[in-house]
Amino acid sequence: MPTEILMPALSPTMEEGTLAKWLVEEGDSVAAGDILAEIETDKATMEFEAVDEGTIGKILVEAGSEGVKVNTPIAVLLEEGESADDIETAAAKPEAGTADAGAEEAPKPQAERAAEAPAAAKAAQPAAYAPEPDWPEGTEMKSMTVREALREALAEEMRRDDAVFLMGEEVGEYEGAYKISQGLLDEFGARRVVDTPISEIGFTGLGVGAAWGGLRPVVEFMTFNFSMQAVDHIVNSAAKTLYMSGGQLPCPIVFRGPNGAAARVAAQHSQCYAAWYSHIPGLKVAMPYSASDAKGLLKSAIRDNNPVIFLENEILYGRSFEVPDIDDFTIPFGKARLWREGKDVTIVSFGIGMTYALEAADKLAEEGIEAEVLDLRTLRPMDTGAIIASVQKTNRLVTVEEGFPQNSVGNHITSVVMEQAFDWLDAPVINLCGKDVPMPYAANLEKLALVTTDEVVEAVKKVTYR
Amino acid sequence: MAARKAAEKPNISGDELTLYYRQMLLIRRFEEKAGQLYGMGLIGGFCHLYIGQEAVVVGMEAAAKEGDKHITSYRDHGHMLVAGMDPKGVMAELTGREGGYSRGKGGSMHMFSLDKHFYGGHGIVGAQVPLGAGLAFADRYKGNDNVTFTYFGDGAANQGQVYEAYNMANLWNLPVVFVIENNQYAMGTSTKRSSKSPNLWERGAAYGIKGEMVDGMDVLAVKAAAEKAVAACRAGEGPYILEAMTYRYRGHSMSDPAKYRTREEVQKMREERDAIERVRELLITGGHASDDDLKAIDKEIKAVVNEAADFARESPEPALEELWTDIYA
Ligand SMILES: Cc1ncc(C[n+]2csc(CCOP(=O)(O)OP(=O)(O)O)c2C)c(N)n1
Ligand SMILES: [Mg+2]
Repeated sequence: MPTEILMPALSPTMEEGTLAKWLVEEGDSVAAGDILAEIETDKATMEFEAVDEGTIGKILVEAGSEGVKVNTPIAVLLEEGESADDIETAAAKPEAGTADAGAEEAPKPQAERAAEAPAAAKAAQPAAYAPEPDWPEGTEMKSMTVREALREALAEEMRRDDAVFLMGEEVGEYEGAYKISQGLLDEFGARRVVDTPISEIGFTGLGVGAAWGGLRPVVEFMTFNFSMQAVDHIVNSAAKTLYMSGGQLPCPIVFRGPNGAAARVAAQHSQCYAAWYSHIPGLKVAMPYSASDAKGLLKSAIRDNNPVIFLENEILYGRSFEVPDIDDFTIPFGKARLWREGKDVTIVSFGIGMTYALEAADKLAEEGIEAEVLDLRTLRPMDTGAIIASVQKTNRLVTVEEGFPQNSVGNHITSVVMEQAFDWLDAPVINLCGKDVPMPYAANLEKLALVTTDEVVEAVKKVTYR
Repeated sequence: MAARKAAEKPNISGDELTLYYRQMLLIRRFEEKAGQLYGMGLIGGFCHLYIGQEAVVVGMEAAAKEGDKHITSYRDHGHMLVAGMDPKGVMAELTGREGGYSRGKGGSMHMFSLDKHFYGGHGIVGAQVPLGAGLAFADRYKGNDNVTFTYFGDGAANQGQVYEAYNMANLWNLPVVFVIENNQYAMGTSTKRSSKSPNLWERGAAYGIKGEMVDGMDVLAVKAAAEKAVAACRAGEGPYILEAMTYRYRGHSMSDPAKYRTREEVQKMREERDAIERVRELLITGGHASDDDLKAIDKEIKAVVNEAADFARESPEPALEELWTDIYA
């Protein structure tokens, strides 16, 4: 029977890709290992090889097709003795149930959630209410992924100031392990887009020295997991020297990259550093959720004269949001964003945790519970004023984050609320976190280790005694 | 100890010799005074004296020009004095007073002066090495001809980040002179007990970096090597490594059991190799200075150091509000 060749998942977070180019034609015979096509994933352009030998019977998806979902049949391979006439029957089946078949063949719990999220997020966007809007009413908006927003922020800031440069592993010729720096080497050249060797402590220290020397480095960690190699320079050299020098030596540097759990990459590659870095006086910590915040906060981070930890998220990179079409759009640090107004409970989150917070708020609304959802956006400085104000209104609080539970960001928020709004609380605060375990690899266990929308719904019901 | 260069008669002016003599003597007297103040309880915590190693920084900095940058470890008092920082401000930082370079918030190990291009003062062994490479990166980026002098110890030479920095420094042709101050001990661990290969500078060869060993007890030898290294950096030939063989006479810090070496070993170095005595001899035998001239210099330096000590005692402690300042720029 003819075999279908399916659109491959070439990265842990890939849900769809562009079939850039076919390197074979119908009628070509291929051997295992032959390159069939070039496929652009969310991170890179990859070559896709044949697994079996046979003849290309039919090409189902044309070169240049974008948004081809993983596991969509893209071609049909004929075995010896088969002819193109055998194809009709074979190709008919997947057309009926492509998506389902795909989901079963490659279980991807994260991807499922990722696919649903943009719609949920849009629905939850605050209609008219916002204490201080981030942009004037009536501003023209454009849809943009978080990835594009980050790239734009970098490019704009590099255009604006020659002292700004980007360094890190694979940021230049490879255009970023997660394609954030696409096109930057072309535009700015190797002087300002610096590919480093795999030397985290070395290039982090070097970046700090360059900042002291008058530059404004943006240091990319391929993922924040690897920043642990360099934590000494981040904490001891970057964060403390202004103090130790009696105010003489500021350190304008941004450390950025994907943080937290990606998908199916297990314990060493799945960890959230929000609580770690927000512990340190002298550092600022941003953790955007939406594309507009990613752009506005990154631009602010680059202009800041302090070391900024900028925590991105691989799963959010590909999500689209509305971004204001304003020249030089920035978001100040220390100002939470009210995504949804409500009177029954306050849900505070940041980064990817917002996905669950907003989804839960939608579900709760169906049951008549009105949740107020706050996105902290920056953890240091933290807009505790917004949290207190909201708790004084709703009298109940649930915090949502992906990091480990002990000494979590939620723990800190709870302590602030205890001190400043104890009398307003009608229920104990619940801190939802990732589970207190190293991230497992197995899909089902991974799902269990992460915080979920259902857990948020359940926690809200608990604090509202429903 | 490195083989001393053949004792050629140095072709050097009396003025220059006198300058090095003064600089080295200032460091020694300053450090002796710091030791006294420590004994009196006026200086707290860690305090690492540079006594014995003076020729290294004085010889190196003889090759520096305005705009060059300097960075070192916690054993930093001498480097600051030679960089032109005010002894009063340095001493007052040791006593943790308002008049100190960091207004009392850094202490002996963490002092900085943007004015004098001195970037610390670092308490984490080896951290200054990539930091120094980064300072040089900034100068190369801006396209000027400044050089960064990055000093570190024989112990620091065993930190991995040193080699990451070497690799990037040469890859990107950074104008940085790496100065290994090999005083033969890292706290109580002699180099023999921490490294099988005796020549630390040779490790740079793995990264294609030129380097050499120099007698760190001979200020003129250090200066000659420094000039060569700095010229290479300014010419855009990338980094350079100098391993200066030297010796610290005092303990690692103020509390040092001194069990790891013999009294005789220390005594022998002081008597036979002392860098200041060596220049003193050159000044006298070369007819550049009389005993009286040198006595006058001694007196002058004592006065400077005493003034620094007085200032450091009289300067008030930082205001309590200082606790909360300088955390964010
Ligand atoms: C990363 C780190 N490890 C250990 C220490 C403790 N420590 C301080 S100085 C020192 C010895 C360093 O010796 P060396 O580099 O030879 O410099 P020297 O003191 O001889 O000038 C040690 C182990 C430290 N400050 N930092
Ligand atoms: Mg040593």
